Amino acid sequence: MIGLTWLVPVLPLIAYVVLLATGKRMSEMAITAISVLAVLIGLIISIGVVAAVGQHGPYAPVVYNWLAFGQTTLTMGYQVTNLNAMMLLVVTLVSTLVFLFSKSYMHGDERFSRFYQYLNLFVFSMLGLVITSNLLELYIFWELVGVCSYLLVGFWYFKPEAAVAAKKAFIVTRIGDVGLFIGIILLYLGTGSFDFTVVFSHLHHFASAQASLGALGHDAITRLMNVQTWVTLTALLVFVGAVGKSAQFPLHVWLPDAMEGPTPVSALIHAATMVAAGVYLVARMFPLFEASSTASETVAIIGGVTAIFAASIGLTQRDIKRVIAYSTVSQLGYMMLAMGVGAYVSGMFHLMTHAFFKALLFLAAGSVIHALDTQDLFEMGGLRKYMPITHATFLAGALALSGIPPFAGFWSKDDILTATFDSGHYVLYAFGLIAAFFTAVYIFRVYFLTFSGTYKGSKHPHEGGWVMTLPLLVLGLLATFAGFINTPFAPILSRFLQPNGPVGIDPPANWGLMAVSAVVGLLGIGLAYSLYGGGKRADAWAKRMGFLYALSYNKWYIDELYALIIVLPVVTLAEGLQFFDRWIVDGLVRLIGEVGYTGGVSLKYSADGQIQTYGLVTAFGLAALALVALRIGGVL
Amino acid sequence: MALQPFLALGAVLFGIGLYGALTKRNLIIVLISIEMMLNAANINLVAFAHFLPKPNIEGQVYALFNIAIAAAEVAVGLAILLSFFRARNTSDVRDMNAMKW
Repeated sequence: MIGLTWLVPVLPLIAYVVLLATGKRMSEMAITAISVLAVLIGLIISIGVVAAVGQHGPYAPVVYNWLAFGQTTLTMGYQVTNLNAMMLLVVTLVSTLVFLFSKSYMHGDERFSRFYQYLNLFVFSMLGLVITSNLLELYIFWELVGVCSYLLVGFWYFKPEAAVAAKKAFIVTRIGDVGLFIGIILLYLGTGSFDFTVVFSHLHHFASAQASLGALGHDAITRLMNVQTWVTLTALLVFVGAVGKSAQFPLHVWLPDAMEGPTPVSALIHAATMVAAGVYLVARMFPLFEASSTASETVAIIGGVTAIFAASIGLTQRDIKRVIAYSTVSQLGYMMLAMGVGAYVSGMFHLMTHAFFKALLFLAAGSVIHALDTQDLFEMGGLRKYMPITHATFLAGALALSGIPPFAGFWSKDDILTATFDSGHYVLYAFGLIAAFFTAVYIFRVYFLTFSGTYKGSKHPHEGGWVMTLPLLVLGLLATFAGFINTPFAPILSRFLQPNGPVGIDPPANWGLMAVSAVVGLLGIGLAYSLYGGGKRADAWAKRMGFLYALSYNKWYIDELYALIIVLPVVTLAEGLQFFDRWIVDGLVRLIGEVGYTGGVSLKYSADGQIQTYGLVTAFGLAALALVALRIGGVL
Repeated sequence: MALQPFLALGAVLFGIGLYGALTKRNLIIVLISIEMMLNAANINLVAFAHFLPKPNIEGQVYALFNIAIAAAEVAVGLAILLSFFRARNTSDVRDMNAMKW
């Protein structure tokens, strides 16, 4: 199976090409079949790869020379490690289910085949990103993933909000990408290679021997900084890329807006895979972050702040998808927090469980939206009766997200909180705990508003077909049971991810902390019930909170703040430059053109067709020329 | 005989021809004026051929060529004149103004 790993990303690419060529003439059934088959085979191979890696440990990279110039050879290739074997499995699994779900969700859309093309291209890019063996290739796939996200968020480009959201997603993540790119170049300058294995061995070397960077013959970098500065700077720049992609504060603004895309896209890209790429990047570059305490502290702080900040916004949003989007931002914050405090396994564990339960929540929300044609929470209600499967699976996802044992989220989130506490980050632990409380409140707010009470709309809601309910059921099972692969009793994932001895910290279970976070989750659910379920005291509370409510409802005014301090100056400057360009630069060019044109227009009337006038002018001209010639010749 | 009277005759002839070609309204007179200019040139050619320090025959040969070309040119000119006259019923040069802006 290991030899077939390259097929995993290539199959969706093939599906993409096939659909690109013939998709327009195919039936929806055939399009879905091709796409699902491509990722399903990938999934089967991934399972084999995971099994092989579990026994054998990481494999050596398989590389091909790509470009050779000077003394440098750039390579392309892939590498199977325990980390990316796990990612392969998660991505292909979620993709398969989302592909299936999309058939029903996108049914009747006139660009149905285009949608699947983009999805396939996206999955190809994401899988490529996961198994790549060097940073340059990673960056290429990183950008491809961004492009696909842009295409899919803006899939309904005729909606102005979708078009704007797509642009926003692309531009904001690009800001992070620039940081990543500079980081990659710095790494290359310091180590002379893009390959993960080479970079890491150099990092190891630097850490143990305190060797100077100049030893590698790259003097330019040594004159600028010493090794420690270089490591910290590089790690921070790489993290900037991760911040953009994983929608961490302060670059989180694109993700909630990206909810304008079709819901399966939100489930696949903006919950389970692409946004996890940032966390994955930090995990992949973990040795770099381990080598710099400044960088990892930054990661932890940004993660913790994002977790609580996004959760606080999620409390008051009216759009069902936006709540879940802020939840995603918050959960990604947890993962970053885990990476920052060094809890490598916990972070990846949470990434995996989150992928399952968040994809589930999004797909369940998609099922609701599909049935009701609205995303406003306050127009829903009472759907438990009409959509029992969606209700049950959403509940499983919500319980997992809230961290109620024994659902998946409990084990992973608790791992992170324990690790944060054990590593002495008590403030961040408090942040995480409060965020966990908020999480339980907002997701059960959604749950109660959507499924309990009485239905407020006029449309008759019903479940989608089996292609919708099957993915929900599978993900529901995963959201419920996936946590058991890394319980304190049987840390299977922990052993799987650390084949060569411990990576980072992996603290032992702390039953007291576990009880605390479970109780916090239950309290949150209780509060949500009293506000939105039985009690319906939400409005009174909102009034009492006053300013805080407004702060949360308006997303802490971050968008407005950016509009004021970044967009406004940039736009003003751009308008100034545009004025200069239009009237000064263009003006000069147009003036020259105008002179030629006016001259031509006025002179053309001298060509009046009178042959004798021409003759006269010619004669005079000749005479004048003769005079000049004679003058120059010295005769006159 | 000296060279100068011949050159003077040529110049006068050329001047009259030029004046006629540029001012006369009748196309036939314009054509005749052009012939005069050509003949003025011929006089110069023959005169130079005779009066140069080493007299030769080339000038006269050249003049003969010129006469042949002039004949051809007049033939074409008269043909144009005829067809123009048939089309527009006029021989005024000022009416030949179709080729303008």
